[in-house]
Amino acid sequence: MSAPLLELAGVHAGYGPFKAVVDVDLTVPAGGAVALLGPNGAGKTTVARVVSGLVRPTAGTVAFDGEVISGLPAHEIARRGVAHAPEGRSVFATLSVEENLALPLRQAHGTARAAELTDQAYAMFPRLGERRAQLAGSLSGGEQRQLSLARVLVDPPRLLVVDELSLGLAPVIIGEVYQRLAEIRRLGTALLLVEQYVEHALGIAESIVVLRAGEVAYAGAPLPTDELSQLFLAAG
Amino acid sequence: MTLLEARGVTKRFAGIVALDDVDLACDEREIVGLIGPNGAGKTTLFNCLTGVLRPDAGRVLFEGKDLGALAVHRRARLGIARTFQRMELFAGMTVRDHLLVADRAHRRAGGLPSDLVLRGRIHPSERDRVDRVLAQLGLLDDGDRPVDALSLGTGRLVELGRALITEPRLVFLDEPFSGLDRIETDEVVATLQAAHAERDVAIVLVEHDVTAVQHLCERVVVLDYGRVIASGPTDTVLEDPAVRRAYLGVTE
Repeated sequence: MSAPLLELAGVHAGYGPFKAVVDVDLTVPAGGAVALLGPNGAGKTTVARVVSGLVRPTAGTVAFDGEVISGLPAHEIARRGVAHAPEGRSVFATLSVEENLALPLRQAHGTARAAELTDQAYAMFPRLGERRAQLAGSLSGGEQRQLSLARVLVDPPRLLVVDELSLGLAPVIIGEVYQRLAEIRRLGTALLLVEQYVEHALGIAESIVVLRAGEVAYAGAPLPTDELSQLFLAAG
Repeated sequence: MTLLEARGVTKRFAGIVALDDVDLACDEREIVGLIGPNGAGKTTLFNCLTGVLRPDAGRVLFEGKDLGALAVHRRARLGIARTFQRMELFAGMTVRDHLLVADRAHRRAGGLPSDLVLRGRIHPSERDRVDRVLAQLGLLDDGDRPVDALSLGTGRLVELGRALITEPRLVFLDEPFSGLDRIETDEVVATLQAAHAERDVAIVLVEHDVTAVQHLCERVVVLDYGRVIASGPTDTVLEDPAVRRAYLGVTE
């Protein structure tokens, strides 16, 4: 067994006096796909944000590729190959769609490769291609989420933390994005999926972690949906 | 009887046609679904119907009267309410206070803003109205909790309650189930159905959760690129090949 790519050990996190996450252990193997499930408010998004450094754990450690990354600033964690998407509608509103895609890609890969990747993004999300000259701030809510997803889907990191991908997206787009997630997984990207639509996540993940009131209620192989519902409902 | 009728609504932004000659009608007490791909113009249409935006062409009729350039708050007084894609609740305020402020704002329209401030006596009739809505939405136990402590699903019900307490004839709901899991969605759908059955209110609903739309809406209108590409009974429209291609992404 090789060492896991991501390993959370005894992680606690919260906001002020509120404890959102209590003593969570979680591992994602290199190239693996783990779904983080549980009712709303169970702490799933907080775990995702701890991994990418957007929330600091109050106790416990997060290790990536054998190195402790908890406590590092988010941009340091990103540099090591962890991406978080979609971060709400995190686009640069006053830049065009094209600039939103091309600027970070150019910085990482140079102009020629950036142009190729930008075209890939348009092939994946044709609506973005049609609106490439439009200011990102004038896109609809769902289109802004597509733009923020497109950036990581064409330039896959080593670990992609996907938080509530389906939120506000039309069914046709959700299908498209999940296809692409399966592709980048084949190319070697590991996935940590936080998803309200359990069926979508189960289609791609080979193991699941169920959170309930901030604690791990189950970790292991995917369960049939009726057993999962029982776990969710038990949260009361 | 037709309650709301939009005819030929057109809206452009800097050369982009966001809505192109859109017709939409909603009868009294009807629940109509408005679906379509991201960027199809659904929220823009809501904004034109509620008066946030003025259409460049077309008319919006409510109870047969042209709403023209009537401002949002005046439309609200006619009985048109809405909820938002992103929750717009006030941190630190309780569920009950949210409803009370909405009730006062509606009834004392034109008065001083200080009338809305929640101090002093709460009139028994105010308390009755608030309690009635809380009961209808199953929120009586949450009445005194600050909204920050609520789950997303319960927060959505508070938004709905704030709209319903103004006793609207028509409510626009913008993605009321987004971010909710299956169990929460089913609960909110059931609560919405129950509240609708007890009230004389029509609903126009934007939602991507197709199962919820099927449960709630007898009729749907599908927008794509700012145009109506299909409209009619929900089950028929969802079988339409053009709708499956543009929206559901299922190929035959």
